[in-house]
Amino acid sequence: MSRRRQVRKLGNAAALCLSMLATLVGLACLGAILWTLIARGMSGMSVQLFTQMTPPPGSAGGLLNAIYGSVVMTVLGMLIGAPIGILAGTYLAEYGRDARLSSVVRFVNDVLLSAPSIIIGLFVYEVLVVRMGHFSAIAGAVALAIIAIPVTLRTTEDMLRLVPQAMKDASTALGAYPWRTITSVVYPAARSGIVTGLLLAIARVSGETAPLLFTALNNQFWSKNLNAPMANLPVVIFQFALSPYKDWQQLAWSGALLITFAILLLSIIARLIIAALPGGGSQR
Amino acid sequence: MSVTQLAALAATAHDATQVLPPKLEARDLNFYYGSTRALIDINLKFADRSITALIGPSGCGKSTLLRVFNRMYALYPGHRATGDVRLDGESIFAPSVDVAGLRYRVGMVFQKPTPFPMTIFDNVAFGLQLEERVSRARAAERVEASLRDAAMWDEVKDKLGDDARSLSGGQQQRLCIARTIAVQPEVMLFDEPTAALDPISTLRIEEMLQSLREKYCIVIVTHNLQQAARVSNVTGFMYMGELVEIGPTGQIFTAPRNRRTDDYVTGRFG
Repeated sequence: MSRRRQVRKLGNAAALCLSMLATLVGLACLGAILWTLIARGMSGMSVQLFTQMTPPPGSAGGLLNAIYGSVVMTVLGMLIGAPIGILAGTYLAEYGRDARLSSVVRFVNDVLLSAPSIIIGLFVYEVLVVRMGHFSAIAGAVALAIIAIPVTLRTTEDMLRLVPQAMKDASTALGAYPWRTITSVVYPAARSGIVTGLLLAIARVSGETAPLLFTALNNQFWSKNLNAPMANLPVVIFQFALSPYKDWQQLAWSGALLITFAILLLSIIARLIIAALPGGGSQR
Repeated sequence: MSVTQLAALAATAHDATQVLPPKLEARDLNFYYGSTRALIDINLKFADRSITALIGPSGCGKSTLLRVFNRMYALYPGHRATGDVRLDGESIFAPSVDVAGLRYRVGMVFQKPTPFPMTIFDNVAFGLQLEERVSRARAAERVEASLRDAAMWDEVKDKLGDDARSLSGGQQQRLCIARTIAVQPEVMLFDEPTAALDPISTLRIEEMLQSLREKYCIVIVTHNLQQAARVSNVTGFMYMGELVEIGPTGQIFTAPRNRRTDDYVTGRFG
């Protein structure tokens, strides 16, 4: 074997080692987080966690109102954010591909994507909470929607661009107007990608704390009123974890574990659904 | 019937196609990609119920020409055409022409099979449902008829509900042809329909083209000279954006009038 080839072989081995090491570091961090969550949170897992309200310090209780509030505001936020994100992504990928407006929107969206969520919380506080005069679940949902929009928009645009132009042309050549091509051909072809984007958005949104702190605030009690402050897991975790009370801290750990597993479960279910759809999964 | 009588009959049939008004016609057609002129003063006529092959080296403008006939070029900014193209004597560039309606009358099959992400049935029924409300039963009839015309009914009749992307490449291409037939266009444009297929699939599509000739005005762009000779009755040779020569296929391949055509069909360049 020539010297030159030995050097190249060594280089290859080194690169392989480094990338495996990087993967291991990443996995180890993830594993450590999960392990800590399970170790500390599992002991607080019980039926009352899902049936009782957040307690005052020193008494028994659960997280029911916070779980309900998180679900309501996440769903509401996605109901507002997802259509806007998907339609805007559709505009960028299909209608306004080369338009000047598109590059502006794309840039602004990238800024929004990386904007600190606390800024978004403050923005909604100024625009909604101050004007309405009080904190509310609706304001919380709007803040979450603003966080969901850029994520959905970006993934939708990327996924729609992956659909071969030839397929779009074929639909156009059959006499279809763009909207028909988009809904009947492009969306189904990009379905799994778009769904993945929505899930990413849900995962991102359901763990957000800062925007809710300024908008939905928190509520010690059961409340279904969308026009009033509403409890939610992230803010409860935030408050309880920082408290000096042992039982509150335990609830915070359990809540954190709950959010993590909910997102994990959601991803798994979505993957199963995608695989079961005709043409989803491996066929691409 | 004697041979001479047959020949006379064939001659009148040929004359008839010359006398009948053309189905599709290009007049002084020029085409530009930005400032690049891709088609230069094209004048030609396509008869109904005939297959015209357009041949020529890569980049000669034959696919560009095809894409003018259903105004596919209009999708791209900077592409523009001057001159005129007439379908049944009426300009397709007229402001009153609706492009979707035009494409409904002028179907197109592309080089690569492009099955839509839906079932085989829905693929074929796709175009039907665009222009008119079609009952499920009526749609089923049209789907069956189209698949029969595309010579693949027997292969897929038991799996119409399967995803179209599970078909082989050759089947996918015939499905795309069936999809185009289903809307009952008047003109069918084929842009190198067999370039991505194996020889057996190619043969099947060529046989199918022969049977489609009785119903449609067909224009096929092909790189394969044998294919042009096998399937077409008229052949046009294009070079550098110009239509060099057009005539009955037999004449183009055996006795071309232009030296460049002769060089190309005998394989001296291209």
